[in-house]
Amino acid sequence: MTEIIVVTSGKGGVGKTTTSASLATGLALQGKKVAVIDFDVGLRNLDLIMGCERRVVYDFVNVVHGEATLKQALIKDKRHEKLFVLAASQTRDKDALTQEGVEKVLDELAKEEFDYVVCDSPAGIEKGAHLAMYFADHAVVVVNPEVSSVRDSDRILGLLASKTRRAEKGESPIKQHLLLTRYNPNRVEAGEMLSVKDVEEILGISVVGVIPESENVLAASNAGVPVILDDDSNAGAAYKDTVARILGEERPLRFLEPVKKGFLKRVFGG
Amino acid sequence: MGILDFLKRKPEPSAGVAKERLRIIVAQERSTRGGPDYLPLLRNELLEVIRKYVNVDVEAVNINLERDSGHEVLELSVALPDGKPATSAS
Repeated sequence: MTEIIVVTSGKGGVGKTTTSASLATGLALQGKKVAVIDFDVGLRNLDLIMGCERRVVYDFVNVVHGEATLKQALIKDKRHEKLFVLAASQTRDKDALTQEGVEKVLDELAKEEFDYVVCDSPAGIEKGAHLAMYFADHAVVVVNPEVSSVRDSDRILGLLASKTRRAEKGESPIKQHLLLTRYNPNRVEAGEMLSVKDVEEILGISVVGVIPESENVLAASNAGVPVILDDDSNAGAAYKDTVARILGEERPLRFLEPVKKGFLKRVFGG
Repeated sequence: MGILDFLKRKPEPSAGVAKERLRIIVAQERSTRGGPDYLPLLRNELLEVIRKYVNVDVEAVNINLERDSGHEVLELSVALPDGKPATSAS
């Protein structure tokens, strides 16, 4: 059965696309057949983070409108046999996506025996975000330890519980996973940043992962390689743990302790 | 950066303030969630009316929407301050 995972947040710039790319890649690393779809109509970006921007010929809206087949539009990942990207359209028409159109594409992906479909939601709570979450079985709510992001994610958790197909049909609710990103343990220790526990308490839900703030995330997006493939980075390792937890494995949280600068670093900087 | 910096009082860590503000606003927004869209507006207008007569704080007005089997109850509570009523609005 195909499981649909939405990556959403409400607020922009918290790491939805970074997370979608790493989550989809991580699932593919586990041998799953995965499609990752960019729902941000008008502002295509997932292709850049996945490193396939020059291979986009047809997009999501083309498939919805019958201008291309799903097979033509799915871009096969260079690194993983079973990973595919469906790019967002660059059209400025916000009504290009419809609920029926999205459902048709998701049904077709199910027929092609995809294990997971990752839906990268646009920011906000408007149509694109609504469509990205509507058919989901799982939701990864990306949140930064910062007031506006936490408040927005609470709003999104409310919408997931009421404005989705599972909610409307009275089926078992969407599985909600809270993912805390851009976490800086040193600032938490200094009392300058909300801690994991603070965020969990405020939102009343425990985290599925904590991704430390890392220079490697920018380096990865510069290169078009999802950060989960960066074996030397804590952020990549934290994403690998997160994917394992979403698949049901139990792993302790890592990288929550402050990094102490060594004596030489304190003297010479860096 | 001065040599006497260590004498200054350290600023209070801000994460605690963030947590407290979020706790309150999230609880308030949850209480009106799922209710009709006019609820926040109704709350503000009621607050204005009440303020014409009594000097109350924004947080003194609480609106709760409860659903019982089949019917909804809109509960409004206003914590009145001790002391004199406000002077009439100009």
